[in-house]
Amino acid sequence: MEITTNEKDGVLTVSLKGELDHHGAVAARQDIDAAISRTSPKKVVLVLDRVNFCDSSGLGLIMGRYKKALSVGATLTVADPSEAVERIIKLSGLTEIIKTERSGVL
Amino acid sequence: MSATAEKRKAKKAVDTFKLRFSAKSVNESFARMAVSAFVARLDPTVSELADIKTAVSEAVTNCIVHGYKDARGDAEILLKGSIYADGRVVIEIKDKGLGIEDVETAMLPMYTTDPAGERSGMGFTVMGAFCDGLKVRSAVGKGTTVVLTKKIGFGRL
Ligand SMILES: Nc1ncnc2c1ncn2[C@@H]1O[C@H](COP(=O)(O)OP(=O)(O)OP(=O)(O)O)[C@@H](O)[C@H]1O
Ligand SMILES: [Mg+2]
Repeated sequence: MEITTNEKDGVLTVSLKGELDHHGAVAARQDIDAAISRTSPKKVVLVLDRVNFCDSSGLGLIMGRYKKALSVGATLTVADPSEAVERIIKLSGLTEIIKTERSGVL
Repeated sequence: MSATAEKRKAKKAVDTFKLRFSAKSVNESFARMAVSAFVARLDPTVSELADIKTAVSEAVTNCIVHGYKDARGDAEILLKGSIYADGRVVIEIKDKGLGIEDVETAMLPMYTTDPAGERSGMGFTVMGAFCDGLKVRSAVGKGTTVVLTKKIGFGRL
């Protein structure tokens, strides 16, 4: 799991690349939470277009970061979810809670 | 069960594998890759492959985080697979961990005994949705066995 974070004007952008399973989620969770604590953003964007595998542990990671963001007064958005991410979000019925945006350039 | 289903079941597996690996999270992807490689000969579609990989990943993760409480890297998970002549794939995932007291309740959507671990209780729901069959046997203190059935290439025969 490759994790890149970038903060600009109160927006923390986190890009994940690789397989978002339990193994990957544990690593990503630590890195993302550290970045949120460090930058106190107003908005967290999870860019998930290069996540080629995602199971319920990935769903747990997204929901956990959603709660973490809320706890510091930030919103959380998923940007450009890959097919793998999208099918899990759909199946879970969390489409109402997990806000998704598409950049339109992909 | 219908007569045809009965007949199919009676057929012998045309190919099988058996693997035993440590209950470590790094092996979740190993288990997915092993199963992908095993079913590759059936020429699965992208979505069939994603379905079976995701279901296997759920079952293996459950062995590690629930069966062995994330702390038994010395313990082992048994992964078995069979291919039947009609394209049915049966995958069995087994741990010798804590077991489940009430399997029926555990399989309900959103049911989890580990919300602190950022679990949403969707694993069994995912397995059920992405496979054609899901069976769970468990005994407290003995362990848990999950049997997944996936039809591959049925629409294309
Ligand atoms: N191999 C296992 N050994 C012991 N208990 C298990 C096992 N598999 C599942 N369980 C129990 O069944 C419950 C439901 O499992 P399920 O996979 O549906 O959800 P979860 O693992 O809690 O959350 P998620 O899969 O969404 O991360 C678990 O919380 C656990 O109590
Ligand atoms: Mg689970």
